[in-house]
Amino acid sequence: MSTLLECKNLSKRYEKGMALSDLNLKLESGRIIGLLGPNGSGKTTLLKLINGLLVPTSGEVRILGNTPGVETKSVISYLPDQTYLSANQKVTQIIDTFADFYADFDRSRAYHMLQKLNIQPSERLKTMSKGTQEKVQLILVMSRRAKLYCLDEPIAGVDPAARDYILTTILNNYAEDATILISTHLIQDIENILDEVVVLQNGKLKLQASVEDIRMERGVSIDTMFREVFKC
Amino acid sequence: MAWNLDSQRPIYAQIIERVQYDIVSGHYNPGDKLPSVRELACEASVNPNTMQKALSELEQSGLVYSQRTTGRFITKDTSCIRKIREELAKQQVLEMIRRMKQLGFTKEETLTLMDKIYEEATYEHTIGV
Repeated sequence: MSTLLECKNLSKRYEKGMALSDLNLKLESGRIIGLLGPNGSGKTTLLKLINGLLVPTSGEVRILGNTPGVETKSVISYLPDQTYLSANQKVTQIIDTFADFYADFDRSRAYHMLQKLNIQPSERLKTMSKGTQEKVQLILVMSRRAKLYCLDEPIAGVDPAARDYILTTILNNYAEDATILISTHLIQDIENILDEVVVLQNGKLKLQASVEDIRMERGVSIDTMFREVFKC
Repeated sequence: MAWNLDSQRPIYAQIIERVQYDIVSGHYNPGDKLPSVRELACEASVNPNTMQKALSELEQSGLVYSQRTTGRFITKDTSCIRKIREELAKQQVLEMIRRMKQLGFTKEETLTLMDKIYEEATYEHTIGV
């Protein structure tokens, strides 16, 4: 296993205070990693820093040795927490854009998944339900053959049956040497497909551990552990 | 989802139990080819690395063997399968003995009750014996 991503003393300050402070983190390739933490713990900030949407206040993040830029964007597939797609576009048009933009985009994979989830490629985004729009975005992101997938709350808005399909889709579609970083509050739904969890609290790394080790050592599920650690 | 797994216990241990059970109960026959790691991981909705780990352990125990390039197969060694079958049965009996003791039953009471319920259930066709 080789290091795919490394954060060194990574900090991000917003006007209201520190969103991430002095984060040191290493992620290996070939893993499915859950990015967990209470609201406001810094999950989305971390994903934005990895994807170059934010610039660190201090410290650095490197993906395969590179700081975020053109090269890292060609190997990272990112599902942001808010959509950036134009609601007026048809799915086919968005697919064309993605295929144009990303050399690693696999059209046939995208159309196959759309068909599986009964989504008409000729439909416009704005005529779809919120859940269906989210499915389309996830399909686009998972149709790239990337080295790192950053998924910010990918299953929050979709029904449980579609959630199952999406998780299977994730399992089916990532290459063995790719890593998937998933931020979510729906721990129960995804914990069985994870290798490890990265838990943030107040912008700091609270825990990075293998999920099987947590189950073995503590005898609890990841969901239960989270509820115990962050009990209000 | 497809496999009923308990997130409180290590998943790989539960996969091992499940595959052992599938072999012993005849869902897989000796010499059958197992689906690929990826297929099994999808079927069970578990992490492929976890599935890989479980299958490697099954291989070490001799219940499963792998052939380079063609995949993994269930052992043809029926004595090995019998051994696992006995081991699984023993675990079930031990668990029952433990619970009966908690309820305050002696060995004789337990055996008498077992005999009685077995007969009744057979008569009423409530168990498949």
